[in-house]
Amino acid sequence: MIDHTNLLLTEAKQESLWPINFKFIYIIVIAIVILILFPFSKPQDFHIHLMIMVFLYAVMSQSWNVIAGFSGQISLGHVVFFGIGGYTSSFLFIEYGLTPWIGILIGMFFSIIVAILIGIPMLRLSGHYFAIATLLIGFSFQIIFQRWDLIGAASGLWIPLIWENSWFNLQFHDSKIPYYYIFLTIFILTYLFAWLLYKSKIGFKLRAIRDDPQASASLGISVSQYKIIAFIISAAIISPMGSLFAQYILVIDPERMFSFEISIIILLIVVMGGIGNVWGPLLGTIILIPLSEYSRIYFGGTGGSIDLLIYGLLIMIICIFRPEGLISLIPNKLIRKIKV
Amino acid sequence: MTIEIIIQAVISGILMGCIYALIAAGLSLIFGLMGIVNFAHGEHLMLSMFFSFWLWTLLGLDPIFSLPIVLTILAISGIFTHYFLIRFILKAKMLVQICATFGLSVFLRSLAQFLWTPDFRNVKNPLIEGRIEVAGIFIGQPQLFASFVCLLSFLFLYLFITKTETGLALQATAQDYQAAETLGINSNKIFALGWAIGLGCVGIAGSMMSNYFFIFPDVGINFALYAFVAVALGGFGSILGSLIAGLIVGLIESLGGLLIDPSYKLLYVFFIYLIIVIYRPQGLFGK
Repeated sequence: MIDHTNLLLTEAKQESLWPINFKFIYIIVIAIVILILFPFSKPQDFHIHLMIMVFLYAVMSQSWNVIAGFSGQISLGHVVFFGIGGYTSSFLFIEYGLTPWIGILIGMFFSIIVAILIGIPMLRLSGHYFAIATLLIGFSFQIIFQRWDLIGAASGLWIPLIWENSWFNLQFHDSKIPYYYIFLTIFILTYLFAWLLYKSKIGFKLRAIRDDPQASASLGISVSQYKIIAFIISAAIISPMGSLFAQYILVIDPERMFSFEISIIILLIVVMGGIGNVWGPLLGTIILIPLSEYSRIYFGGTGGSIDLLIYGLLIMIICIFRPEGLISLIPNKLIRKIKV
Repeated sequence: MTIEIIIQAVISGILMGCIYALIAAGLSLIFGLMGIVNFAHGEHLMLSMFFSFWLWTLLGLDPIFSLPIVLTILAISGIFTHYFLIRFILKAKMLVQICATFGLSVFLRSLAQFLWTPDFRNVKNPLIEGRIEVAGIFIGQPQLFASFVCLLSFLFLYLFITKTETGLALQATAQDYQAAETLGINSNKIFALGWAIGLGCVGIAGSMMSNYFFIFPDVGINFALYAFVAVALGGFGSILGSLIAGLIVGLIESLGGLLIDPSYKLLYVFFIYLIIVIYRPQGLFGK
């Protein structure tokens, strides 16, 4: 075990932090250009919506990947930070007319504070205890927000409509394309950040902690400090998505913003794609989100359970046959070629 | 606030606690045996409630009489769960184990939603209903009966594990399954038995609760949360610990609801959980 940790650390020292692999960068650039040009092909509104959902869940599951995949703490109540982000920006906009852009930052700030407050007592927990505690935290936040009169209690908040498209108010009623570009930007930034994090010293230390906390502590890594850092980063990634999602649907309530289902879906996405791998969550999202959106069309509103039915089944199959996720199906040779 | 109200709360807390205890015992047994937390425990509870509901609606069997049937169905589904899912992930990483049982819970819950819609149902006019009054304190008859059955099953479970040869084999496997295998115990069969007993406990609890509880696909989540807390409180793997912890959780829930605010019940229980796991991670009765 110690060898393994050592290996990771020496690997970290030898590899340059900025490997330049042009082939890989070409693929990424082409993909980004296609995504930027996509709205010009006059797609249906539904397809734009589908892409927005893909970006949303890709970012949210990356956030979960940072905490669970990189640092090995399985949080089952990650939706808490999503809800805090959404509620903060919406509340500040409704009460003080503050632009959601600043609301997003304040939401991130609150999420980070909550992450620290939750993280410190939970540091002593590991494994099942941590997972169960986060599950309970998710439900507790939902209960608190359902009873909190200041922010509309169970009926939630309605973001006042402003009948002109405005970047300042972050509301667009004519088309979804501005939302598309906003989500796309955040998506690209998040994956760039996650990729850099994965290659950074922090990333290697987090994985060392995940694989063997005691050995990494003996190598001078402050385990609790890095666990908190992972928690903070993860909260900071998911919180803006809550704010943007609130701006996108314009009505938020505790049922939706603190939905247990969201925590489940991001977990399933990451496990399906490949946990601990930067591109795993993206692969999982590309498979699962269209599946759920299309099943909603074919089976109607209550068809919401069909997608989860399939998710649950798939996840059991993956756990049995491919615990490393679908990304491990891509042949090693190909991965080495485009190795990040 | 009179003394009667407090006694009332204590009694209803104890009655509820017996149910939590039996649910937690199943969870604890499975964990103690193979180190796997069954995150689908609440969904199994939900299934057993639905089974006894359908037996009542379609065949007119009262939940009291359908109890053995539900118990058997759940025990068989436990064996199925072991053979088709758990067997493969015994040696996997903890993350995979958590995700697998979590996936099972998602699957069962959405299956129930798909088959039976998210409607609330209940067993109408069961054999045991109404309440009795003792010195100004009201006790629901179904609740009383349910906790009686739960305590009885607890006794049987305890006797089975400590007194019979199979029970001892179960304990040996829980301590060290490789050593138990060298002594000629088929650990795979014992694991399957553990799942059968663990889910059988849930079957009894669910069947009894269908007498007086609404039945809907999400009903299991809250009970599972309480069961997780009770298991952590009593110590993972300790059957007797989960009985006492279940009663404590029931008492905290009802007294907290009475003295502070009933809408925050989960928060009090959660608070206790956090204190316990931080200061005594092995639980009150764990080793």
